[in-house]
Amino acid sequence: MRVIVQEQAFDFAAEADRFSQGAGGAGAIVTFTGVVRDADAGGLAAMEIEHYPGMTQKALEEIATQAMTRWDLSDALVIHRHGRLEIGAQIMMVATAARHRVAAFEAAEFLMDYLKSRAPFWKKEILASGNTSWVAAKDADEDALNRWSQD
Amino acid sequence: MDIVYFAWVRERIGLPKERVETQAVTVMDLVTELKAREPRYEAAFADISALRVALDQELSEFDAPLEGVREVAFFPPMTGG
Repeated sequence: MRVIVQEQAFDFAAEADRFSQGAGGAGAIVTFTGVVRDADAGGLAAMEIEHYPGMTQKALEEIATQAMTRWDLSDALVIHRHGRLEIGAQIMMVATAARHRVAAFEAAEFLMDYLKSRAPFWKKEILASGNTSWVAAKDADEDALNRWSQD
Repeated sequence: MDIVYFAWVRERIGLPKERVETQAVTVMDLVTELKAREPRYEAAFADISALRVALDQELSEFDAPLEGVREVAFFPPMTGG
């Protein structure tokens, strides 16, 4: 299991390849990459991602460990960037390796849902006009978490 | 005790981190103390439901006790991914 928090870009192909090489015995590997998109139809210039350095690594490791255990993964990878990201830039990636695809897909979705609402990152949109606005958390993101509740 | 702020909470209060001497028993007591200080704190903490709190880098609740806590963080709901 690897969890990486960094400012610089990562090489998605190289990371996916390395992950796949190391996931011995897995019959299924799922990767997901989040990309900065222009949600404001030409209005967005860039995204600035702030994080809580003392907490981020630990929070992501806890989430990844939960996924490893719950879906009996052979490996998991989380990379999340912070700082200024231009449109089209890769923000983060997760990869999961399991014996079967259902587990690999579910674990990847679980990781995404959790790191969206429980990992200490905050996105700020920097508009072409020079204005900035913090991205608000959505109720739908919180609802997405509830489906993983085991109570 | 150190208090750290992130995102718009940091912007509204105007600083990322500060050290406070407090006798506050719970997070909510600390919030009440901070709000009484200056309008910018009052503004930042006006709607507690819009905020999250972490104690020593673990997500927590506003009714949690502060005993033994070294770092309190206030921030809006997270938007990772």
